[in-house]
This record gives sequence, structure tokens and C-alpha cells, in this order.
Amino acid sequence: MKISVTDPAMIEAWLERNLMRVQKPGRYVGGELNQIVKDWDSIPIKVALAFPDIYEIGVPNLALTILYETINQRPNALAERVYLPWVDMEALMRDAGIPLYGLETKHPLNQFDILGITLPYETLYTNVLNLLDLAGIPLFSTERNEQHPLIIAGGHATFNPEPMSPFIDAFVIGEGEDIIHEILDTYREWKSRSGSRDDLLYALLKIPGVYIPRFYRPHYHTDGTLRLMERLTEAAPPVIHKRILGRLPPPPTRPIVPSIDVVHNRIAIEIMRGCTRGCRFCHAGMVTRPVRERSVDEILTAIQIALKNTGYEEVALLSLSSSDYSQITHLVERVSQEATRQHLVVSLPSLRIETVSVELMERLKGKRQSSSFTLAPEAATDRMRAVINKPIETGQLLETARTIFQHGWSKIKLYFMIGHPTETLEDVKAIAEVSRQVLAEGRRIIGHRASLHLGVSTFVPKPHTPFQWLPCDTPEQIKTKQHTLLDALKGTGIKINWTDPRETLLEAWLSRGDRRLAEVIYNAWRLGAKFDAWHDHFDYEKWMTAFQMANLDPAFYTHRQRSLDEVFPWDHISPGVRKAYLQQEYLNSLQGVLRLDCRRQCYACGILPTYKELRRKYPGQHWKCPEVPVHARV
Amino acid sequence: MIQRFRIHYAKTQPLRYVSSLDLQKVWERYLRRADLPLAYSHGFTPQPRLQQAQPLPLGYLGANEIIDVWLEAESDLSAEEVQAHLRATPQPGIEILSVTEISLEAPALVSQIVSADYEVWFLDPLDLDELGHRVAQLLNAPSIQRERRGKAYDLRPLIEFMEIRTDTTANRLGLFMRLATREGATGRPEEVVAALGYDPFAVRIIRTRLHGVNT
Repeated sequence: MKISVTDPAMIEAWLERNLMRVQKPGRYVGGELNQIVKDWDSIPIKVALAFPDIYEIGVPNLALTILYETINQRPNALAERVYLPWVDMEALMRDAGIPLYGLETKHPLNQFDILGITLPYETLYTNVLNLLDLAGIPLFSTERNEQHPLIIAGGHATFNPEPMSPFIDAFVIGEGEDIIHEILDTYREWKSRSGSRDDLLYALLKIPGVYIPRFYRPHYHTDGTLRLMERLTEAAPPVIHKRILGRLPPPPTRPIVPSIDVVHNRIAIEIMRGCTRGCRFCHAGMVTRPVRERSVDEILTAIQIALKNTGYEEVALLSLSSSDYSQITHLVERVSQEATRQHLVVSLPSLRIETVSVELMERLKGKRQSSSFTLAPEAATDRMRAVINKPIETGQLLETARTIFQHGWSKIKLYFMIGHPTETLEDVKAIAEVSRQVLAEGRRIIGHRASLHLGVSTFVPKPHTPFQWLPCDTPEQIKTKQHTLLDALKGTGIKINWTDPRETLLEAWLSRGDRRLAEVIYNAWRLGAKFDAWHDHFDYEKWMTAFQMANLDPAFYTHRQRSLDEVFPWDHISPGVRKAYLQQEYLNSLQGVLRLDCRRQCYACGILPTYKELRRKYPGQHWKCPEVPVHARV
Repeated sequence: MIQRFRIHYAKTQPLRYVSSLDLQKVWERYLRRADLPLAYSHGFTPQPRLQQAQPLPLGYLGANEIIDVWLEAESDLSAEEVQAHLRATPQPGIEILSVTEISLEAPALVSQIVSADYEVWFLDPLDLDELGHRVAQLLNAPSIQRERRGKAYDLRPLIEFMEIRTDTTANRLGLFMRLATREGATGRPEEVVAALGYDPFAVRIIRTRLHGVNT
């Protein structure tokens, strides 16, 4: 896009003349409580932090909240925020040549030194291209020079960075809290010696956890699978290990409080990072290892400070599996005292399916009656549960449901997935049967007030998980399963939500894509694809055309069983979990072998040998892997 | 012990594009940060008790807005204490002008407002004579038929007073107007701007006063 305005004052003036022409103008002005505005002219390193979707979705993002606070604490750096404009605003901006700008000072994005983009999920990819274009920044890394901002990206989706690699200068793999300082220091040194773009990239290559795709070149077999990832310089590491923290730092306590309604209006406190359960479908569970907990005192102190700083009425205690937090009862006890005193709503997602969870929620309810209780069994038969390694007995689910209804809740939400490996229509029908039984428990206890809501998503095999070798169900298979389920639920009064199979396909292509897929993403964007995560905006036909233009077969990425010795496009990116471990887990799943909580027994996933130095440096109970004695060999 | 306070405040630029529904939340959180314990309604989902006067439309600035808040402290609060707490607590977009305690039985704010004053500043340069001509024409019209959200209405009786203002420092032209704000009969300044034949979006609108509340 051609930019015709570069002066912040002129952007402000344009905004005042145009904001009343668009929906929700409050998205585009900044100025919220806890916004940090630093002096543009005197601060040497200027970073724009971008969430590639609209304001309402981006503001609550925890990763950017952490980085915003971390960067702004440095005297020599400033961080501003940027989100994508909705289509009405985008049209006006394009017409007038108004570039995307930082919300804090309204400086155009291309005047920043660094643009940091978070990519928590794959369906944001076309938005990244749109974001760069709206900023007047060349899309391809190779087209950018010293005059352009350095474009870096991180987040869960970047554990397979290849599909986005031509557009990003440097990926940051893993946790960002420490590495961001190393990146800013390196940038500062480079800027003061007025080096070339290449000079900067070589300097960044020295930071462990940084992946710079232009120093690698993929070579393919004739069948389209990867033969090898060639390193173009000795300086490029053969494997990039994700960065982790030995101990979680205090959580951010001065988050932006948006003045307009956003998806989550609340204080979010991570009570722990990582998960020891090892559900085989779960990407987050594999890439965020090891488990590191915050102490109860640390959490309570953070809540107190954050309440003072925000005035929020809701606190969310976040983790991948709240029930596994070692002091959960104690934590809930203490937090609930606060909740009652201060009219707080406390949410505690991801509880295990057991009656203890109901007691925990009962305590947290405070003076308010929450209407629904959420559980995620994911599968409905014992066989399926063994395949995915999430063993819950139906009896236990029913007992938990009973307790929920007895404690005054009238609605239960159950999350299931279809499309698990080896799943049959019998496994799908069992979802309906189990659901019927859950609702029957409710009806027996509270009569017709009892209601059940099903969220049924479709499984997508993810990189770095035990299921990364497996094909994904075809749209026909998915539709058959969805119809089977709908038929089996007819007349039960159970409400159901499911995912459009075509949207599932998009996620599946992008998740396990290689570098060639970048051309497809680029074509799709050129054809007008954006906001793919929005049901009403996703356009399947554009993506099919994009594949044809690139002469690639979408089924190659989704419906192919990969052989055990296949080299994956993401093999050189390591979350610390070994491929051999993932393969063992894959084979275990085929035999229905369960692996229980790894805090009881270590299954040698690879985390400990990779991070043994760090574990030695940070001994103690907060980190749930076994301790590494000073002289031991691992 | 529940007490009711009437707060006059200015709504400034940072909250300009915040709707009155969202503003309710902003106030709730502001009071909580200021350590002023809100009284809650009874019932299944207790709600904090706050009552805005006539809602200020999105995009307007307010020079003198009014909100009533019900507080429930352990011991009585004075209006001075409430004001001091609020002024000591940052809230972008709200400037406290005054706080007074009023009777719990006082009628609801919204029912008392009968009209409001507005300053409307044109963001683009205009011809003063042309503006004068159009204003005179509009005021002389016996009725001004307009449509808003698919409903036809007469704008003329809602305009109680209007005159031209000039801001020589900013070199801007504007209008001062008093519009009716009774139930079912509320005039909107941008409707007046549109009726004058100017772009209703390229203006800065400031509500300067609400009429009808005894303070």
C-alpha cells in the first residue's frame, strides 16, 4: 500500500475527521488506563508489538502484555501496541494512504526499529501480510533493508516457523521474557555501529533461541517430502532450542485496561506454565514443558497489586491444567476470601473431571451464581481415551456431573473432539450416549432446568506432538461424523456447536506446512484472504485457488500418513522434547498404552537433558522435573 | 450505611469514543481503584449502583457531565473525602469537577434533564457568511423533516437556541446550540450539522451543560 501521511499529528487529525464513520472507533485511539507513553525522540529503541487481529482480541493477549511491560521498563526502549483495523477502517485508511500506527504516539509502524508479532495460532497468517502491507513495509524479508523495521515473530504457532519464514526476519522460539533483552541489546549495539541488515541478522544468530530462516535452505525429495534443511552459514545453529525460564518471574500487574469491551476483561495470572499430563493431541502440552509453578504467595500478591492497578472485577487463574497446581486447594481457599470481600469473579479454567473440581469452583463462586460449568472429556470411549492419553472413566464423569447439578449449577458445557486417530463411528456415537447420560443426571436432580451444551471440535495433528505423523480426517469423514453425532442427539434437547470442516482444513494445512506453503499464503492474501479465523470472513475457494497457483496439493499436507523416518520441516526447531520420545508416544497410542502424570514417573521426554544446566541453577519444588544433582550425568 | 453522591465531571479525549454502556464499567473500575466501596443491587447477579445522567453519545466530549453513585462504606464518607479519593486516582478521560452528597430519595437524574448545551466546532475551514446564511435559514424554517434510524421526525422544535461561535486562536468556526433532551424528544447536534448541509462527522462536539438538575 502507498503511504501518503507520515506525521503523527496529521494521523491524529485524520482520525478525528474519520473515526465516527467506522464501527467501534474506540479501537483506534489508545489512551487507556495503564498505557505507557514514552518520549519518542529521546528513546533509542522503538518497538511496536502487534497482535494480528482486531483490538478486542489482541488487548487481552498475555504474551504481549508481558513484553509491553518488560520492554517499557528499560530506560533505552519503548514499546507501543498495534492491532489490525477492521475492514471498514482498513478501507478508509487505504483510501487516504494512512499507515498503521502505534496506538501510544500515533507514529507510523515503519518508523519503529522493531516490529514484534505474536502468532499464537495459524489462522492469523494472512493478517500478518496485511499488517505489513498496511504499514507500507515490504512483505518479504529479502526486500527489506536497514531502513525498515526488523520483523520478529514468536508464539506457539512459530514452533513450525516454515510457512511464514519468507515474511519474518527472525523467529523467537519459546519464552520471550529473557531473550527480548538480548535482542534489544544486540539491536542497540548494531544501531550504534550503523551496520548493514546482514550484519544485524548475523549478530542475532548468536542468540540462542533465535531462528533466522534466510540462513537455511530446504531441499526436497521428488515426492515432495523434505530431504534436508541446508545451513547456508556455519554460524547458523543446526537445531534451535526453545528458550525457557528456570523460574517464572512475577506476573504483569499493570495491564492495559481497555475502555471498550474486549474478549476478556480481567486480570490474568498464570499460576503455572507447562503441563505434566501428556495428552497426545495437545500442542501446548508438548511445547510448554517443563511445568514451573508460581507460589501461592506470589500469586496472591500479584492479584492484590493488579486489582489496585486496574479495578477489574474478574481474575482468571490460568494454566493448562489447574487441578495439577500442587497447592490448588490452598490457593482457592485464599483467593476465595478475597473474592467474597471484593465482589470478584474468579475463573479457574481447565479443571480435571472429578468431584474435587466442583468443590473448588463452589468456593470460588463467592456471592455470585455462575451459570455454567465446563468440562473437557475430549473422548467418550475408554479405547479412544487411551489413544489420546486422557483417561477419564464415564462413571467418574457422571459422578462429577451429578455433583455439579447438586451444587446449584444448571448448565454443563462439555468439550469433545472428533477425528482422533483410529476413531470409528461407534466412538462418535458414544459422545451422544455419554452426553445423554450427563443430561439425564441433571434432569433427575433439578428437572427440566438442567441443560447441556456440547462443543465438538475437530482434531488437527500438530507438529511436535505424538500425532505429527498422522493424517487428518477428510472433510467427507468429518461431515459423516458430525451428521452421525447430530442424528444421535436428535430429540435430546442437547445443544451442539461444531467447527466447519473447511476451517479445520486451513488450520491443518498451515500447522504442518513447509516453506513452499508461504507462496500459498501469499497468493491467498493477494486474492483477498484475511481474518481467516473469523467464520464469516474465511473464504475456502480463495485458498484452493492459492494452492493451484502455487502448484501444490493441499492433501499432501493434511491427508498423508507420514513415515516414521520422514524429515519434518520443523525438525530443526526443538521444544526440548525429543522426536524419539514423540515417536514412542505415537506407538504407545496405537497400542492403547497410557502414560500417567509425569510428575510421578519421568518418561524422559528430553526436557531434562536439554535444560539440565538451567535445572541445576534453579533447584527446588517449583519446577516439576526431577532435580539434577551438581555432579550427576543426565 | 448507603450514601448517594452526585459527581460532576468532564469526559475528555481518552474516553471520547467510549459508549455510555462501556463508560459504566470505566466508572465501576475507577471507583474500585479509588477504594470507594460501591453499593450493590440485590438479586441473583448483584450490580453496582451507578446512574449516569443523559448518556453522552459516542464521539462527543463532555465538559460537565453528571453521574450518581451509591457507596456503602463502613463509616460515613464526606463529599470531600470522595472527591479527594477520586482526584488522587488516575483515570484517563475523567476530570472530577465537584462531588456533593444528595438524598437517597432524590429523583433519578435521567428523569430531570430537559435540555443540553453543545459547542460544535467544524474541523474544516468554512465560509462565515455562508454559515450565517444557512443558520438563519434553518432557524426560520417552521419545520425540519429528518430521518434517523428509519424514523421520520421534526428537528426544528428540538432546537431551543443556536448561534455561531468563532475560535480565533484555533481559527475555527463553530456553533453553540441548546437542544431538547426529553424522553422521546432528544436533539442531536450532528443532525443539526447535517441539516445545515455540512459533513456531520468532521466536527468536534462538546456537551457543555445539562439543564434541569438542581445543584
